[in-house]
This record gives sequence, structure tokens and C-alpha cells, in this order.
Amino acid sequence: MDLKEKLVSSFLAFENNVDVDTEIHSIRNEAIKTFEEKGFPTKKEEAWKYTSLNKILKEDYSVFSKHESSIDYKDVKKYFIHDIDSYKIIFIDGKYSSYLSETTHDGIDVCLMSAALAKPKYRLVVENYFNKAATKDSLPSLNTAFSQEGAYIHIPKNKLVAKPIQIIHLSTGSEAATLAQPRNLIVVDENSHVQIIERHQSLTDNPVLTNSVTEIFANKRAIVDYYKIQNDNANASLIDNTFIEQKRESVASVHTFAFGGKLTRNNLNFYQNGERINSILKGVTIIGEKQHVDHNTLVHHIEPNCESHQDYKGIFGDSATGVFNGKIIVDKEAQKTNAFQSNNNILVSDKATINSKPQLEIFADDVKCSHGCTIGQLDESAMFYMQSRGIPKKEAKALLMYAFSNNVLSSVKIPELKQRITKIIAKKLGVNIGFDL
Amino acid sequence: MLKINNLHASVEDKGILKGINLEVKAGEVHAIMGPNGSGKSTLASVIAGKEEYEVTDGSIIFEGEDIEELAAEERAHKGVFLSFQYPVEIPGVSVTNFIKTAINESRKAKGLEDMPAKDMLKLIRDKADLLEMDRKFLSRSLNEGFSGGEKKRNEIFQMAMLEPKLAILDETDSGLDIDALRIVANGVNKLKSKDNAVVVITHYQRLLDYIVPDFVHVLYNGKIVKSGGKELAHELEEKGYDWIKEEVNA
Repeated sequence: MDLKEKLVSSFLAFENNVDVDTEIHSIRNEAIKTFEEKGFPTKKEEAWKYTSLNKILKEDYSVFSKHESSIDYKDVKKYFIHDIDSYKIIFIDGKYSSYLSETTHDGIDVCLMSAALAKPKYRLVVENYFNKAATKDSLPSLNTAFSQEGAYIHIPKNKLVAKPIQIIHLSTGSEAATLAQPRNLIVVDENSHVQIIERHQSLTDNPVLTNSVTEIFANKRAIVDYYKIQNDNANASLIDNTFIEQKRESVASVHTFAFGGKLTRNNLNFYQNGERINSILKGVTIIGEKQHVDHNTLVHHIEPNCESHQDYKGIFGDSATGVFNGKIIVDKEAQKTNAFQSNNNILVSDKATINSKPQLEIFADDVKCSHGCTIGQLDESAMFYMQSRGIPKKEAKALLMYAFSNNVLSSVKIPELKQRITKIIAKKLGVNIGFDL
Repeated sequence: MLKINNLHASVEDKGILKGINLEVKAGEVHAIMGPNGSGKSTLASVIAGKEEYEVTDGSIIFEGEDIEELAAEERAHKGVFLSFQYPVEIPGVSVTNFIKTAINESRKAKGLEDMPAKDMLKLIRDKADLLEMDRKFLSRSLNEGFSGGEKKRNEIFQMAMLEPKLAILDETDSGLDIDALRIVANGVNKLKSKDNAVVVITHYQRLLDYIVPDFVHVLYNGKIVKSGGKELAHELEEKGYDWIKEEVNA
């Protein structure tokens, strides 16, 4: 039985135990039908031309974790940004870990998807927002069908959330192979501001496939800063489906730090439903070995006077492969749109590959849109210059690569997070220099 | 300090240096002059260890050690410094961070700990003042958008920070107005001592009015064809290089 069949038949048993007789239940039923019709995406589809799921779908994943695992904080502390005060929503093998977490209901809701789906007091928000931004593509649909757990964050209007929120999904590898499908819902009301850090981390070498869906709603004048740290081990794969719906004058930014795993696919979608919206998409990818990272972005400009800024930097070593596919749609009504996209790449090895593809569909006539893509090698003359000042080749290389990604890093607003990313980069590049720029 | 014997070097199989002999002792200032394309910058790059240049014959002895096999950074750690004719722009790395990294990597190579941040900051400020550099300059990206004069001043600033034994100044005067030239030359002179040496590569005499050489060499067609005292520079300024070429070709 292949994974698709296994999932469809598992659903039959699963659905009888969750939210029977609610609207959510019918959403699930629709979603599994969609998945059954479409199946897993293949390279025949334009959006998946350079990323094949074939290999990772061959594992015999268990769909529901049977074990309850516990973890000592000291063993996973390094995956937290632990030197700041923060809210934490932590999951172990898809199950909420109360002792690692720090949630709140004090003026804001920072809690669990399972609670939001079950408890009447959340019903209105859930009915208004759940699955309203996610597309009906096969992978988000698969997640919707099985949605059980994840982060639920609701910030009512006029709240400035002082502490960042960390969402961390840990996999213990208690099953031979695990399929995880976390589901996050984040609703930020008028004038509110929140910062969120998300991370998926596998703790063993057992294969893990995560098919995650995050829906974010930034209402009028809201500010949402979202950071994704993707630095998983060699047998962990991640398909991240993130949908952001923005209302007028809101600002939403997503930084994706893709430092690998086996296969990483980011489907990042912004929808601008209002005027004077700003959407910011930034990414740094540094991978090697046979790692694969695919950034598939969409910014849909629906109304006039909005902006979007995309800036993705990639450094590829060994036999690593990268994909950047950035789509910008400007509707006919969306006059005075400013949409910018840039994707710069450095290939450090002859065997590394990057496929970069901008896709602009512009139906309005008074817009400013630009896109640029570069693929190059490290500047030899800069290397000699640095070496002549006593900086060894390896460190010189690292410094150049760091400098290359620095204008993405410089827009990270949480200093401790920036420091952590910097450390991860230094480690990835195999050097021990401070890079405090 | 530096002894170059019969040095031949080529790039992509094209011979550029064709038998250079040069000895530089501690405390001395040497000027290397010569027409365009004579091999001046190549000589500077070969001494500093640029990989693209292949030494096909001869040797470069620095402080009694053959440095020909050493990487550029190892030569730097031993005290060789090259001020570039065209300093490279490195966006995203600030002047301060660059020099900090350079200093600490040199210290690491000598088995020393990183310089304490406080000392580093003071050193940076002192040397920046020596070169009359604006403090704001230090937080800018290295050489990015710098004027010609700012780039050269920044080179000498780095030299002041690194305190090399042998400094090679490759066309440091090009692109400098007279004020910048004075500041840069003044900086070099303050760093001069009986224990270090300077090799000035230049087209023109004017820098040599400020950094006065003990010896002047004329490089032509990959060889040193004439050597003399500082008066040779004046003669070249007056008469140009044609008489040298005629002498050589005769």
C-alpha cells in the first residue's frame, strides 16, 4: 500500500473520533476528497518541476504517533532561543508538551489548535478563519483533513505583544518513520503587533516528513513578523505551506532561514486584501551535501497602492540543489503597486545547482515591478584581498558568504535571534569567527 | 629583510617578471618606478602571494625564509603587507569588522588570544585619527562607494593596524588629491622605523617628495634596469622613461 492509500484509509478510522457534526468535520471530508483526487504532486506539475517527492514518499511513515515521549529541557534547550523571555508552544511528536511550554490567555490567546477546534469559546474565530487562507492544493488539503494540533494564536486589537512567541515541533524518532502534520492558526487583529519564531527539529536519524500548514491573518494595520528556522538533520524533510492574508495597511514579514534537512519545500503565499499593504519575504539558504531547498513564493496584489519586497540569498555547496520560484500577480485593480523581487545565489561547488525562476503576471498598467536574479561564484579578487590582510582562505570565504547574506539578516528585529542565526551560519561554514557586523 | 633573486613569474603562461634581483634591508625605503606594463604590480602581487601568478624561477626570501610556497595569509602573518592599487569592495563587511577579523586571525596564527574588545576599539580609534579618518567611516562597508582617496587612506589605516615589517605600497598615490596624499604619506612616515621597510611602487615623483626613498629602481620589461638614489626619481620625472628604454634596447 503506498502512502496515499494508507492516508486515505487511515482517515476513515480517524474521522469518527474528531469533531463529528461540526463544520470543521465537513471541511475535513472535503479536504481528504481533494487529496484523494489530486494525490501527491509530481514533477509533471509546473510548480514542482525541480522538486521530486518520490524518494521521501517511499518511507513507511506512521501517521499517528503511538508513543508518548518525554524530553528533558536540557537536551533540547539548544533549539530554543533561550536567552530571551518568550511564550513557547512546544510539541513532541505532534503532542503538546505542557512542561516545555509557556502559553497564556491573559488578554491574548497563545495556546493550542486542539483547544481552539474543540472549545465553544473559540468557535467564532475558528469559523471565520480556519482553512480560509489555505489553498485547495493537495498537500494543504492533506494537512486540513488530519489537522489536530499546532499553535493557535489570537491577538485581539490594539495589543503589542511584548514577548516573541516560539513554536517548536520536536520529533523523537520513536517510530521508524514519522509523518507529522502540524497546523497553526494565527489571527492578529487591528493595530496589534506580534513576533513569532517557528522551528521543526528532529532529534534522531529516523526519517521524518513534516507537512505543515500555517495560516496567518494580519488585520487592519497589524504588524506580523514571522521567522522560520530550518536547520534539521539529514533525514528530516519539511513541506511548509504558509498562507498570509493581509488587510489594509498591515505589514507582514516572513524570514526563512533554510540551512537544510533532506528536502525542504517552502510554499509561501501572501494575499493582499486591502490598500497600502506591505509584504516582506526574505530568505537565506545555505546548504551542502545532497540537501535540497525549494522556495516557492506567491505574492498576490489584489488592491491598489500596495508593496511587496522579496529578497532571497542562496549559497550552495557540494551536490546541493536549490530552487527559487517567485510568482507575483498584480490584478487589474491593483494600480500603483510596487513589487520587487531579487534572488542572488553563489555556487561554491561545480556540482551544486540552482534553478531560479521569476514569474510575473501583471494585469494593471500603472505599476512598478522588478525582478533580478544572479548566480555566481565567490569573488577571487576579494579573497586575495582578505588573505593579504591575514585572513585565511576558509575564514575569508566564510566572511564573504556571511556578508552576502547580511542584508537579509540585518532586518531580523530580535537581536538574540539574529545572534543565533549568525552562530548557525558560522557553524555551517565551519569557522569560528564572530561576524558581529 | 627581503631578498629577491632572479625572480621569474608568469600568469597564464605569459612571462611577466624576467629575472628580478632586489634586496631591501630593515629601515630602508625603496621606490620602484617604471612605465606602464613593466611588471610593477605583478612584482607586488607575487611578493604578497597571489595564486594566479606562477613563480617559474628564482626565490623570494623574507627574513631568511623562502616564502614562495606560503599562502598569502601566511605571508601576512609573517609581516608582509600589500596596499592595493585597486582596493576591493566588500559589501556587507564593515571596515571595523574586517580589520578586527584580520588582527585576530594574525594573533591566532601566532598562538595569541583575541585582542580584548576595549583595546581593539582604542587601537582602531588611534589609527583612524592618525589617518585623519572620520569615525563614521569605520562602520561603512569596506571600500564600498569610497572615493579613490578614501580607499587609499583606508589601506594605510589597515597597514597602521597590522604593523607589518614590510609594506609594499602599490600606486598608493594614484587617485589622491594633494591633501589626501599628504595625509597618507604622513601616516606612512609615522609608521616608519628602523625595524621595518617600505617599498613604494609609483609612476610619479610626487609621492616621493613626501616619502623619501633611499633607493630608486626602474623596472622595465620585467627586469630592474637601473638603480640609484632619490635623484634618479627626479631625473625620470624630468626626462620620462624613453631614455631608459633606449639605453636598454641599445
